[in-house]
Amino acid sequence: MHRKKRVLITGVLFVSAMITLGLAIYVRANALPAEREIHITAKKFEFTPDTITVKKGESVVLVVSSQDRKHGFNLRAFGIRADINPGETARIQFNPNKTGKFTFSCDVFCGEGHEDMTGTIVVTE
Amino acid sequence: MSQIDRRGFIKLAGLGGGLVFASSLGLNTLGSALDYANGYGGKKVKDFYFVQLSDTHWGFSGPKVNPDAEGTLKKAVQVVNGLEAQPDFIVFTGDLTHTTDDVQVRKDRMAQFKDIVGQLKVPMVHFMAGEHDASLDRGDAYQQFFGKLNYTFDHKGVHFIVLDNVSDPGAIVGESQLYWLKADLKQQKTDARIVVLTHRPLFDLYPDWDWATRDGSAVIDALMPHKNVTVFYGHIHQEHHQMTGHIAHHSAKSLMFPLPAPGSVPKKAPIPWDASAPYKGLGLRNIEAEVRQVKYGITELDLNGG
Repeated sequence: MHRKKRVLITGVLFVSAMITLGLAIYVRANALPAEREIHITAKKFEFTPDTITVKKGESVVLVVSSQDRKHGFNLRAFGIRADINPGETARIQFNPNKTGKFTFSCDVFCGEGHEDMTGTIVVTE
Repeated sequence: MSQIDRRGFIKLAGLGGGLVFASSLGLNTLGSALDYANGYGGKKVKDFYFVQLSDTHWGFSGPKVNPDAEGTLKKAVQVVNGLEAQPDFIVFTGDLTHTTDDVQVRKDRMAQFKDIVGQLKVPMVHFMAGEHDASLDRGDAYQQFFGKLNYTFDHKGVHFIVLDNVSDPGAIVGESQLYWLKADLKQQKTDARIVVLTHRPLFDLYPDWDWATRDGSAVIDALMPHKNVTVFYGHIHQEHHQMTGHIAHHSAKSLMFPLPAPGSVPKKAPIPWDASAPYKGLGLRNIEAEVRQVKYGITELDLNGG
């Protein structure tokens, strides 16, 4: 009787272990890829970096901050815009779903070089 | 304006070296000052014309773009003063001065600009701000020199609305001004003759080049119930004509440097000075208001008055 009980307990433990292992493997295999953070600095009258390359389908967070005054970040091709206030950091979710070269620009007038304050996002396959 | 009067006007303006754009809200005789008892919006209305100057950018320096940066505004004043028939009034649709971070320089430029345009014979001049004048200090210096950023005035039966889409550096008209606009429009009958004067385009002309007003569609929506609305603006340093529904939008040339057509080049930059054709792409315009019909007769003219 004791032997049967030991076998039963062992069997239950084994099956539980297998289920847990299988679940862990499944979760690992299906986990979402980590978001990629890209840090961008804005200051009169430039973005650094001013050229950014990402892959289509990649999950990206643009982390934009200002070193001087209020700026704007506008990536019109993807309907993205944010105010970039000094002392704050804007975290902008970006899901590049099409390939090509796309301009982003400051859309808050910041001085004589404002209109030159642009950059390019390149989305590759 | 009759054809004879129109030719006279063109000739004089051509001699001044400026390019004159004649935008007509119908055709009639300049100076006839006919009264129409059954006018629009229940108002007694008369024919008249006014002159639009824009984007004078006083203080700009760039010899390759305009080697006569200190002379062009003065030349424009001479052209207007030389008109055979003086306009009822003059409007400056923004960017009177070129931007600077230095508050004192900004004020100096505004004072110099005011001195120069003070030479205009026409006593009635209406100013409005551009982003170069007002975006860095939310219009503080501008208001010290030129007054309110948004206001209305009426002239011979036409209701003029000056809208500020520049003192917020994000190119926003803003909720409070929209409220003010809607309250003003409520006072106007739906067939009233309305002219909107502003700096930036109210529609999305080319947002990648900053040629838009972020909440401009809300302004257009507010104007839509009114049948007779025309918008005159600046900012893009060239003529451009576009309809949004029944509302016509006309941009003016600059008096400092021209800019390329929307999206025509990868990067927006002033068009270099053409020594073989000085002041090419620069100019001013006259606008005839004729009240019996609402139609637009536009005449493009070159430097030779042709």
